[in-house]
Amino acid sequence: MTAEARTLLDRSRILQAVRRFFIERGYVEVETPVRISQPALETHIDAEPSGAMYLRTSPELHMKRLLARGLGRIFQIGPCFRKGERGDRHSPEFTMLEWYRAGADYLDMLAETKALFGFVLSEVRGRVSAPYQGVMVDFGPVWDCLKVSECFLWNAGWDPVERFDADRFFEDLVTKVEPSFVPSRPTVLIDFPAQAAAFARLKSADPRVAERWELYAGGMEIANAFSELTDAGEYRKRFAAAAAERAAAGREAYAMDEDFLREIDGRLPPAGGVALGMDRLVMLLCDECSIERVRAFG
Amino acid sequence: MYSASDLRKGLRIEIDGAPYLITEFSFVKPGKGQAMYNCKLKNLITGATIARTFRDNARIDEPKLESKKMRFSYENGDSLVFLDEEYNEIALSAQIFGEKRFFLAEDMEVTVLFHNGRPIDITLPTFVEKEIVHTEPGVRGDTATNVLKPAQIPGGYTLQVPLFVNTGDIVRIDTRTGEYVDRVHKK
Repeated sequence: MTAEARTLLDRSRILQAVRRFFIERGYVEVETPVRISQPALETHIDAEPSGAMYLRTSPELHMKRLLARGLGRIFQIGPCFRKGERGDRHSPEFTMLEWYRAGADYLDMLAETKALFGFVLSEVRGRVSAPYQGVMVDFGPVWDCLKVSECFLWNAGWDPVERFDADRFFEDLVTKVEPSFVPSRPTVLIDFPAQAAAFARLKSADPRVAERWELYAGGMEIANAFSELTDAGEYRKRFAAAAAERAAAGREAYAMDEDFLREIDGRLPPAGGVALGMDRLVMLLCDECSIERVRAFG
Repeated sequence: MYSASDLRKGLRIEIDGAPYLITEFSFVKPGKGQAMYNCKLKNLITGATIARTFRDNARIDEPKLESKKMRFSYENGDSLVFLDEEYNEIALSAQIFGEKRFFLAEDMEVTVLFHNGRPIDITLPTFVEKEIVHTEPGVRGDTATNVLKPAQIPGGYTLQVPLFVNTGDIVRIDTRTGEYVDRVHKK
């Protein structure tokens, strides 16, 4: 068997294990449109046009509409597209796993993510550790969980929750904070500044902080999770803020997704959601350093 | 001007008036964040390596670089005299060539890289042949293949050669590394 065939076989086994995990927990597998009329408004994500429409950058908004229609546990594995993103860990076409659970918050989703890793590793590798680029990564139950505030103070000398600076935030995240993570176990960066909330709910006890986490393993960002924002008015405000930032940066303008706002208004239950890069999960489990090598025709 | 999306390995850019070569390049994009381009850069004048991260809205200067083919004519103290394609004599400081000056030979065609009219690098043919003017005789019986000894070529440059190489032999040298390749003629 060639190395490529072996990787694709592993990829298939990982996908099957992921599906089994969710089905056993009562999740419904869903498929939402890939070709959509307007992409989710995010400052730094550009969509690939498809005729007069766009290819989705994530299934997030449609999956939330299904939550609003009463499906309380849903997951989806499918293609997403992001214009101009190409590198060792980025491909303009990639496979995303997203799941949403009504009644859960971001900490519940973290516990479930740990369970997912434990299950998939045991199924595919027969143990909960895997070598990645020369380091044995232990996915056992102990993950480093670091608050953004503390991690930035310690490694970059400033606290983005006290005073946010968008340019410095992302640059220091990549050059100072991420390199400080211990490579031999997963790291969860948690409680992001409100300005980097994306579509996460703010903490009621401290609205400067958003209920959002990012999972890193093997030096890669693997997953992003929120306690989901439920208020349509607040979504509208965040879309508008992203639209203004896009305009200021000279990026293409996207319309507000009125269908989404109308459908979730007053109907979206409190929920947790996670988006996980399937290709990166396969990279991690197959010890591959390039995304191209884990995708057929990558 | 380059924009950040033009950046790639092997591209030459300018920062604060100095020309740099991108030797390593990676696209990074933190979740929900701005795309960034992590580069390792080699200063084409000093050879020093630096790391630089460019944001996706960065504008990067293009260096004014010009390559000229020339033939080596003669050495005159600290300067090396070349003939360009119009047979103009051009004297360049030997200092910028480092050890490569020892691999020159009369009428050898080289490519000189100029930045804003200032010569900054020279590319020689990959392999040159030089006579060994001095090396100690190898000790008979010591046949381990990885054993090397110093040997000198004209001009005083010393390189490591296998024990079987003797004074008067002609050897081939890789001009990119300055290292011995093989023996082409036995005295």
